[in-house]
Amino acid sequence: MSETEHHICSVRLYVTIFSALMVFTVLTVLAASVNMGVMNNVVMLGIAVVKAALVISVFMHLKYNPKILWVVAIGAFVWLGVMIALTLSDFLSRGWMPNQPASWL
Amino acid sequence: MSDAHSSPYLAHHFDDMEQQSQAASFGMWIFLAQEIMFFGGLFCGYTVYRAKFPEAFSAGSFSLAIHWGLFNTVVLIGSSLTMALAVRAAQLGRKAGIIKWLVITMVLGCVFLGVKVIEYKAKIDHHMIPGQHFEFHGGGKFVVAGHGDEGAAGGHGEVEATHAEPDEATDHDAPADDHGETAADVDHAESTHEGNGHGVVEVDPNQVEIFVGFYFLMTGMHALHMVIGVGLIIWLLVLTTKNRFAAEYYTPIEMFGLYWHFVDIVWIFLFPLLYLIGRH
Repeated sequence: MSETEHHICSVRLYVTIFSALMVFTVLTVLAASVNMGVMNNVVMLGIAVVKAALVISVFMHLKYNPKILWVVAIGAFVWLGVMIALTLSDFLSRGWMPNQPASWL
Repeated sequence: MSDAHSSPYLAHHFDDMEQQSQAASFGMWIFLAQEIMFFGGLFCGYTVYRAKFPEAFSAGSFSLAIHWGLFNTVVLIGSSLTMALAVRAAQLGRKAGIIKWLVITMVLGCVFLGVKVIEYKAKIDHHMIPGQHFEFHGGGKFVVAGHGDEGAAGGHGEVEATHAEPDEATDHDAPADDHGETAADVDHAESTHEGNGHGVVEVDPNQVEIFVGFYFLMTGMHALHMVIGVGLIIWLLVLTTKNRFAAEYYTPIEMFGLYWHFVDIVWIFLFPLLYLIGRH
């Protein structure tokens, strides 16, 4: 594992990732000016997730790190998803049942 | 790594340099997982309120200076690149390279914070800061609902904002419906509407105030992380000049790199969610 643990990336790789991040930044700004309804959020968050994945895997070296760190990193986002999903399942479903006040918050 | 057991950089409670390095990485990632949950609470609250007040969040987003947000995005991602190059210089044992890239990273971080000051000052000058004197006058296709003169509709705290909810909810029982677009009034359009062919959208200043509250809280918490980061870079620069790092030991620089990239990732999500949702 010691070969992969201290993997030294080339400057070219870092600059390539940086360039990709810049391209995605321009893309997300352009996409935001087009009205796509709900898809605006999907595209915006999709691009952000891709950018975050690039930063995590290369800049943060996760790609070259032991799998146990992948578990921690991916697990953190899974728990974040659980938190948001459960919270929204409460707030967004209020008023769905008959004898329930329609307002929420 | 046969000589790893006798390195001067090895703390006595570790078997070898490999174990020591992996323990640090593991601990740092656990810390970052905690940071994700910490910021996650803010993102979660943002999501709930945006689902409730979509037009007001779009109006608040439209009021932000997108050119500064974009500029800061480029600056921060650029600082991530220079931070990665600082870690690379550390891996190669190049002291001058570490110092050069750390200083550039720090300067970019300070540029980001400076722009943030400019943005905050503009918001404060326009009374777009949550509290007793909050004002929102609309902009673009967004107009103030009820349309009182010069911000008379603004200036209410969050308590009143929540009190205003029940009577709105009696008109529309479905949560997060887009009631504002149906109420496009002609005389409202004359005052602030710039006219891009679409109808005007009425928003409640109290709801915009909630967006602005999230804006300040989320960017403020992010900026606090940047300030701490700049302080840590100064600490790393001192250690570097004292020859505390070598090609076989650069763990503090590597761990700080993880922290800095994490702060970058937070901004990667903050930028679209705060600046870009009211642009179409």
